[in-house]
Amino acid sequence: MYSIADLKKGEKAIIKDVSANNIPIKLLEMGCLPGNEIEIIQLAPLLGPIYININGSHLAIRKETARLVIIEKLVDNE
Amino acid sequence: MSKQIKVALIGNPNTGKTSIFNSLTGLNQKTANYPGVTVEKKEGVCKLDRGVKAHIYDLPGTYSLNASSIDENIVVEMLLNKKHKDYPDLAIIVSDVENLKRNLVLFTQVKDLKIPTILAINMSDRMKYKGIELDLTYLENHLYTKIILTTNRTNSWIDKLKNLIGNYNKLPSNKFMDPKLIDPEYFKNLQRTFPKQDLYKLWVVICQDANFSTVDKNFLNTANFETKSISELKRLQQKETIKRYQLINNILKLGQKVDQSKAVGFSATMDRILTHKVFGYLFFFLILLGIFQVIYAWAIIPMDYIDSTFASITQWVKMNFPSGAMTDLLADGIITGIGGIVIFVPQIAFLFMFISVLEESGYMSRVVFLMDKIMQKFGLSGKSVVPLISGVACAIPAIMATRNIESWKERLITILVTPFMTCSARLPVYLIIVALVIPNETIFGFNYQAIALMSLYIIGFLAAIFSAYILNMILKMDKKSVLVMEMPNYKIPLIRDVLYTIVEKTKSFIVEAGKIILAISIILWFLATNGVGDKFENPEKYISENIELLSEDKIKAEMAAIKLENSFIGNIGKTIEPVFKPLGYDWKIGIGLITSFAAREVFVGTLAVIYNIENYDDSKVKKRELKNIMQQETDENGNKIFTLASGISLLLFYAFAMQCMSTLAIVKKETNSWKWPAIQFIIMTLIAYIVSLIAFQLIS
Repeated sequence: MYSIADLKKGEKAIIKDVSANNIPIKLLEMGCLPGNEIEIIQLAPLLGPIYININGSHLAIRKETARLVIIEKLVDNE
Repeated sequence: MSKQIKVALIGNPNTGKTSIFNSLTGLNQKTANYPGVTVEKKEGVCKLDRGVKAHIYDLPGTYSLNASSIDENIVVEMLLNKKHKDYPDLAIIVSDVENLKRNLVLFTQVKDLKIPTILAINMSDRMKYKGIELDLTYLENHLYTKIILTTNRTNSWIDKLKNLIGNYNKLPSNKFMDPKLIDPEYFKNLQRTFPKQDLYKLWVVICQDANFSTVDKNFLNTANFETKSISELKRLQQKETIKRYQLINNILKLGQKVDQSKAVGFSATMDRILTHKVFGYLFFFLILLGIFQVIYAWAIIPMDYIDSTFASITQWVKMNFPSGAMTDLLADGIITGIGGIVIFVPQIAFLFMFISVLEESGYMSRVVFLMDKIMQKFGLSGKSVVPLISGVACAIPAIMATRNIESWKERLITILVTPFMTCSARLPVYLIIVALVIPNETIFGFNYQAIALMSLYIIGFLAAIFSAYILNMILKMDKKSVLVMEMPNYKIPLIRDVLYTIVEKTKSFIVEAGKIILAISIILWFLATNGVGDKFENPEKYISENIELLSEDKIKAEMAAIKLENSFIGNIGKTIEPVFKPLGYDWKIGIGLITSFAAREVFVGTLAVIYNIENYDDSKVKKRELKNIMQQETDENGNKIFTLASGISLLLFYAFAMQCMSTLAIVKKETNSWKWPAIQFIIMTLIAYIVSLIAFQLIS
């Protein structure tokens, strides 16, 4: 089982589950919902925040929050 | 009376809401605070046909009606309470064409509160090169609203929007979603218990966070109704969000076409550089350097002009008004005092320009992204960077900018340490003291005075960072820290919007500081020109030197000095002198310090009044004049007052001390208690005293 925190820069995935209890509502409102595609745009140095793109919504979240979002990796053949 | 319509502008952050507000109202707007909180309330008037006036309220940006900050809560409270005096007749939801799906979540929520709603799809000029096509008729029919495409490139939409506002009673009032879809059982039960209430409204009230909201929830407990636990409620909120997204998705599938291949990723290219782990930081550093360059090199030019203008006004007043007490007060007290703040206007305007451009362009979020991890090590959030940078202009807007920091602990620490940042009010004090005690020579091409000034800025920053580190260890608080931040698309800020910000912020600075300076100048001048006792009444008797040998000017100067020393202010100063003596200050500087506790920038004006400068005539040398007099100041033993030791001690005192009543007032409002401003005041002033004491004793 992977979470957003396991993705590398440029990797894409599909969100599977966001049912963790302490997930911020705001993250869901910004479009972080099951079925949506997510792409990692940039990782801040020193395990800093993760810059993601969910269906056109560009967000930055911390690693701890990223661990709560369960995903399924997409193999990108580009 | 002509007809009035109340319009609420609502929307996600970064949708260009304020730009639409400015287009509708022009400069016909005013900013006030919401009662009890320091959230800015922007209100403007827009004239419609047939003498109808629309009052437009630009509400804080929010992503949904689940308020998670004070700002967002303002929106919710206004929309929930029909008796609220600003309860809108209609709402305009401003959305970004590139993020329509997300923006519609808020739209559908407002719609479900049964408020007539217009959907403004902003930045519509971007549709073409983002490959977006909209079927407006389909969307209007399925979202039960009127849609208007807006852009800040043209103005042709404004009349159309005004027309829609004027005819708001023709807007469809259908609800978008039946709340029973969220959880049939819970909502049926809710309706059975409160049959007279609107179901969705009830649900929004139940969900309001007790931390922010003053919405009355007591009625829930009285009725025979099974309340849910917080985590159950959260689960339902999640369900609501998911449900809304589903419904919106279905509509957009048919109403919106996006050709991904056409989408030009300008922001993505920019981000590859600007959030890069090396170039990103380099660029940020260059931006900071550029800001300082402009503030210190460019702003000097208008500042010199303002300085000489005020000097000539003073001179003119002295020449053309009958000489006497009132004229002296006007010239030396009030005009000089006002000049002392107006001189900062160029720097403050430049600073607010930069901050506004950084925010509007979307770059500030990238800085937050880059700095978050580093700031966390000091107990701060990445979002603390914005207040810390703004703190270089003024701590007051900086502290207000902490509101979007999610964690209370991080926010509190940011509020407490921001006043350490070198604000523009410290600058005139620094400038005059540095010019006085630091040699104007160069070493390796660097000017000593410039190095000293730079060091003071660095000291301020380090003080902020290290006290944050210590506070983080001391403060025992539940640290539930999250960061969920939108990274908006880069855009070129509209000059008009930036100008409005500059005008508004600068105006409020002058008015606020002006009031204090005016009051202090008058009190000070009164205390310095009045006194009791023989020494004050007949100073000529007490001139120590042989009076026949002195020139007339010299006698005048000696008499003035004796009078001042025995005036009310002189007596007060002499009483408190022992406190400041160990730091190397005489009673006059002591008075300057005391008045500075109202506002730092008062210091120079205070010294000007106290030193009783009589040679204000030569406008060009006004500043040098004060400097010269300070240079010549001696104590009773003939030792100079302003030495390297006392100068540095004074600089450090100003670097650390909490000398700004307005900041304390804002901290009180933002933390909602006297405890934090009191702690802040005592600790900062204590640090200032100890550091200055050590510095003076070591150097002298």
